[in-house]
Amino acid sequence: MSMLKASSPHIHGPAAVNAVMLEVSLALLPALAAYTWLFGWGVIFNVLLAIATALLSEAAVLRMRGREVAATLGDGSALLTALLLAIALPPLAPWWLIVVGTAFAIIFAKQLYGGLGFNPFNPAMVGYVVLLISFPLEMTSWLAPLDVREHTLDLSATAAYVFGGQLPLQGGIDSLTMATPLDTVKTRLGLEHTMGEILRDPVLGILGGRGWEIVNAMVLLGGLWMLFRRLITWHVPVAMLGTLFVTSGLFHLIDPEHYSGPLFHIASGGALLGAFFIATDPVSGATSTRGRIIFGIGVGLFTFIIRAWGGYPDGVAFSILLMNMAAPTIDYYTRPRVFGHTGGH
Amino acid sequence: MSHQLHPFPGGLHLPGNKGLSTDRDLATAAVPPTLIIPLQQHIGAPAKPLVAVGDRVLKGQILATPEGYVSAPVHASSSGTVIAIEERPVPHPSGLAAPSIVIETDGEDRWIEHNGHSDYASLDPSELRNIIRDAGIVGLGGAGFPSFIKLNPGARTEIDTLILNGAECEPYISCDDMLMREHADQVLLGARIMRHALHARQCLIGIEDNKPEAIAAVQKALQHLDEKEIQVVEIPTRYPTGGEKQLIKVLTGKEVPSQGLPIDIGIVCHNVATAASVYRAVERGEPLISRIVTVTGHGAARPQNLKVRIGTPIRDLLQAAGGDNSKPYTLIMGGPMMGFTLDSEALPTTKTTNCLLLATEEDIPSRGPVNPCIRCGECARVCPALLLPQQLYWHARAKDFDKAQDYNLFDCIECGCCTYVCPSNLPLVQYYRFAKTEIWAQERERKAADKARERHEFRQFRIEREKEEKAARHKTKAKAVKKDAAADEKKAVIQAAMERAKAKREAAEVQPKNTENLSEAQKRQIEEAETRRAAKTDNPAEQASEENK
Ligand code: SF4
Ligand code: SF4
Repeated sequence: MSMLKASSPHIHGPAAVNAVMLEVSLALLPALAAYTWLFGWGVIFNVLLAIATALLSEAAVLRMRGREVAATLGDGSALLTALLLAIALPPLAPWWLIVVGTAFAIIFAKQLYGGLGFNPFNPAMVGYVVLLISFPLEMTSWLAPLDVREHTLDLSATAAYVFGGQLPLQGGIDSLTMATPLDTVKTRLGLEHTMGEILRDPVLGILGGRGWEIVNAMVLLGGLWMLFRRLITWHVPVAMLGTLFVTSGLFHLIDPEHYSGPLFHIASGGALLGAFFIATDPVSGATSTRGRIIFGIGVGLFTFIIRAWGGYPDGVAFSILLMNMAAPTIDYYTRPRVFGHTGGH
Repeated sequence: MSHQLHPFPGGLHLPGNKGLSTDRDLATAAVPPTLIIPLQQHIGAPAKPLVAVGDRVLKGQILATPEGYVSAPVHASSSGTVIAIEERPVPHPSGLAAPSIVIETDGEDRWIEHNGHSDYASLDPSELRNIIRDAGIVGLGGAGFPSFIKLNPGARTEIDTLILNGAECEPYISCDDMLMREHADQVLLGARIMRHALHARQCLIGIEDNKPEAIAAVQKALQHLDEKEIQVVEIPTRYPTGGEKQLIKVLTGKEVPSQGLPIDIGIVCHNVATAASVYRAVERGEPLISRIVTVTGHGAARPQNLKVRIGTPIRDLLQAAGGDNSKPYTLIMGGPMMGFTLDSEALPTTKTTNCLLLATEEDIPSRGPVNPCIRCGECARVCPALLLPQQLYWHARAKDFDKAQDYNLFDCIECGCCTYVCPSNLPLVQYYRFAKTEIWAQERERKAADKARERHEFRQFRIEREKEEKAARHKTKAKAVKKDAAADEKKAVIQAAMERAKAKREAAEVQPKNTENLSEAQKRQIEEAETRRAAKTDNPAEQASEENK
């Protein structure tokens, strides 16, 4: 017999952090595939650059902190952050944009707080917002979906742009990009166009933006799969999307010419990605069931407010960061009643 | 069977692995060459030996008598000669040794004369309790609290429900299952006696629905008995439904108040095996000298349940179960969720040994890497006490014990559900045990310091007093006698006042969240905490350094 002294319980369930991270990453694949299919090779560069940057910068910090490198990289959290950023960033972007955003996310938003589990904010969202504020031009030049574009870019042309900043095209990058659907709606509403007119814009599809709605459908697919696999619980996505739906629906009912419909809100921008993949991040979110519902409602509400009246076309990233800040407080006030205690604590 | 059930919060569906040991019939282990009978196999004070080395003893003979109220006697489980009364290692999480009586058996297995009472109903409850106490019966479900105490409702409460715990929710263990299959009649007759002793209105026997044979057997026996107030309730299989508080919740919908006892809400809970030994004690006059032990796990060649004489060395039992499988295994006493590892097969089985698990890699696969807490909340979702294990973990780890108590550390029943589901593989329960141990130790040290301070204060006071008196005596030597008497009187008055103040202070002391009124489980925890501390085996500090490297 072995003389191993171990403390109970001696058995453990199947759950493991790295398995969770890997499965969530897998759940992103359909959306990434659709993104690439519809928007071209740039997405592949984004993904590869983000992964390389995330792993290298995490390894560098871990080495500086004197921590074990391989074990921590193996937890899969850096990989997931990289993928989330890659899908959130414009599909054709200069290499340094991806590198700066990812490195910031990993080094400042995660490792400087103490690494996985200690970061109060979702690292990918921090990286995204930092880029949005610092490089508004690059962050808002979104490639149009392939089928509405005049030109297509092959692999070598994409590489030339990503790494050299040069496009072998007349008219440069501008001939390829267009405003995102949310941008379009926002700008044209600002120009006093009515929703009726705006909806005929070629950038808009059936529910959301053309092309985007397919990517988002894949995000939804991944999200549902995560629910089915119990990687996430329904509370955050349902609370967030429900709130977004209800608030936008309400305003749309009151004033349909100035407020886009609830389905458009849900199918556009980062709403689905945020609801299923980012606001569900346990580390930076609320932990209790009630807390998660409150958290989701907050994200949904802020998203609508920013989209409708704020300075940015999409508000998901900001809303999630705002609620990240509130999470500890939410947790504190949603402590469960302990068994055998009457009320309170 | 149309009993209304009330689910308890949290909990887990665990792979049961019970078939491993229930596929073979219940057998009886042979009389071993030596029996090692520890004097303390229960919660409370160790028993005091009544025999000496060299004495011949008979099966069923009392070997040691209880000391104090919370204590239990021990008996010889076979006939033979006492060859030693000495410290022997006992199966305990601490791995410590404890005084034990060692008997060399003579193989005759000759009973001492013993007589039962054919009509329990003619005995009044206190007589019954004395019989049960003298039979050395303690809770056989694992806690080992003297049963006669829990059969005393006292003046304060009416007992509504006696609950018999046949849930046996922990994986691998099947001794209660086997007992109910084979001796359902004894369980029911014991229940009847217990109900009589408690004047309980009804008796509910809770059995998990993964034991259909046991349920059928008890129900069949119940038909013969024709007792309308005893009811068998099939409960859903869910760990830890066999926890006292959880079972009470499931069967009655009531919650035992934190820091409280089931009796506070008119409920008393006993294990089914305890009921069967109560029957044997009362109606046959047999003390508690044997029990059923599950020997199981993939390390055992022939896993099965054995009727075992208490004191039988574990090695003999393993041989009875076909020896080991030549696969490396860890020996665990109890189940895989709450059991503890043993480091020797020379240890004896005791009254609370329900299961010996020869756990191979197949049974208890090695853990994955430890990661930092990712706040996923899984632990809170499964916690039957509705605690926030991740918060407890933070505070226990930071040694912030006040905070840990704010988060109700002492409501933790150490069921292990949180650790089981934690994707970061954190040894959560280990931290809670560590924190509890430290808190009890601090409390004890504080009490000792208080006492020392008081002694010191009183001494200072006396010295001052004596100085003054001396001075006074010098001045008025003539009136010395009279004055001394007065001083003495004064001193006595002051001393009495100080004693009163001290008593008051002690009474008002902030206990580690109330140490009176402890439940059986809590008492066991304290006891374990104390010995753990003595043995220093459970400090998770080493693991702490592993995390978050
Ligand atoms: S299950 Fe583990 S990782 Fe998840 S919140 Fe609890 S302690 Fe943290
Ligand atoms: S061991 Fe304690 S904290 Fe963990 S689940 Fe059980 S009762 Fe809750």
